[in-house]
Amino acid sequence: MNIKVLGTGCKKCKTLEANVKEAVANAGIEATVEKVEDVQKIIGYGVMSTPALVIDEKVVSKGKVLKAKDIEKLF
Amino acid sequence: MFIFKWLNAQLLKMEWLSNLVEKLITDVFKLDMTTRLGGSLHFFIYDVIKIFILLSVLIFTISYIQSFFPPERTRRILGRFNGITANILGALLGTITPFCSCSSIPLFIGFTSAGLPIGVTFSFLISSPLVDLASVLLLASIFNWKIAFAYVVVGLILAVLGGTIISKLKLEKYVEPFVYQNQMTESEQEQMTVLDRMNFGKEQVLDIIQKVWLYVLIGVGIGAAIHNWIPQEIISAVLGQDKWYSVILAVFAGVPMYADIFGTLPIAEALVLKGVGLGTALSFMMAVTALSLPSMILLKKVVKTRLLIIFAGIVTTGILIIGYLFNAFSYLII
Repeated sequence: MNIKVLGTGCKKCKTLEANVKEAVANAGIEATVEKVEDVQKIIGYGVMSTPALVIDEKVVSKGKVLKAKDIEKLF
Repeated sequence: MFIFKWLNAQLLKMEWLSNLVEKLITDVFKLDMTTRLGGSLHFFIYDVIKIFILLSVLIFTISYIQSFFPPERTRRILGRFNGITANILGALLGTITPFCSCSSIPLFIGFTSAGLPIGVTFSFLISSPLVDLASVLLLASIFNWKIAFAYVVVGLILAVLGGTIISKLKLEKYVEPFVYQNQMTESEQEQMTVLDRMNFGKEQVLDIIQKVWLYVLIGVGIGAAIHNWIPQEIISAVLGQDKWYSVILAVFAGVPMYADIFGTLPIAEALVLKGVGLGTALSFMMAVTALSLPSMILLKKVVKTRLLIIFAGIVTTGILIIGYLFNAFSYLII
C-alpha cells in the first residue's frame, strides 16, 4: 500500500503524517508513507485544501486532519 | 424589538456573565470594582470567558455552514461569472469558504489554472482573513450590530476593489509561470452527512481554539491593562480621535504583526473605551489580520515580489482609508 500525505509544511500536515504512521503501526500492514510538499504535485491530484491523504494514488481525504482510528478505517 | 434587545444583551453582550463575574470580584475576591485591580480583573475574566463561549458556538455553527462550500464548489461557481460580478462573488465566497492559510498556494494555483482571473482570486484572498463570520459576530457582541455590518461592507468593498485593481493593472505577468502550466483535475465531491458536518464543526472548534487561545489571553491581558492601568491621557496623546496621525500609526503598527483576529478584538475594545477613534481601532485590527507574514511568505512562491508588494500596498492603503472614514463617520454608528 502506498500512502501519500499532501501538504505544504504547516503543523496540520505534520500532524496528519504522524497520525498516518500511527494508524499503519496499529493496523500492522505493509505500507510506505510519503510526505509530498511539492505544490505542483499536490495540484496534480486536484487538491486545493491541504492537508490531504492519498492512498494508492486515490485521494481519500482533503482539508482534514484525520485521527489515526479514522485513517485505519480507510485501509 | 424588545426581545431582540434582550437577546442581544444576554447572548452577545452576556450581561449575565458580566454581573456574575462582578459578584465574583466583589464577594469572593473582596475587591472593589472601581480600583485598578478589581476593574482589570473583571475585564480579564469576563472577556476571556465571553470570547471562548462565543468562539465555540460561532465556529461550530459557521463551520457547519461552511461544510457546504468547499473550495472546489467555490471555484465552480466563480468560473461562471465575469468582470466585477466575479470579484464581488469572490469576496463574498471568501468569507464563507473555510480556509487555512497553508492552503493558500494550492488554492491560488487551483483557482488560477481553472481560468479564474487573478483579480478574483485576490478578492477571495483579501476577504478571507479579513471578513470572518465569527469575528463579525464578535464585533457585534463587543460593539454593536451597525459597526459589525459596516465592517463587513467595508471589508468586502476593499476585497472587490483590491482584486479589480490587480486585474485592471494586468498584473498576470507577475504570476510565476508554472501556475498557468498546471491542469487542474476535477476531483470527486465527497458527500457529507449531517453527522459528518457536525464532526467537521466540532473539529474546527477544537482546532481553532488550540490555535488561538494564547492570542486571546494575551489580547485580553493587553486590553485589561489598557482598560485599567494605562492612563487615558497617554492613549489620547498617541492615538486620540483628534490626532490625524492616529490611523497611520495604528495601521503601520498592525501590518508587521500577526495575531488571530480574536486576540485583537479585546484590544480594540479597550482602546475605543479609552477614547481612541473607532476607525483607528478597526484599522489596527484589519492591519493585523489582513496581512500576515506567513501567508506573504507562502504567496511569494506563486507570485513575483512585485505583485506581492502591490497587493500589500493596495490592502494597506485601503485599510488606511477605511480607518479615516470610520473615524469621520463614527458618530453615525456608535
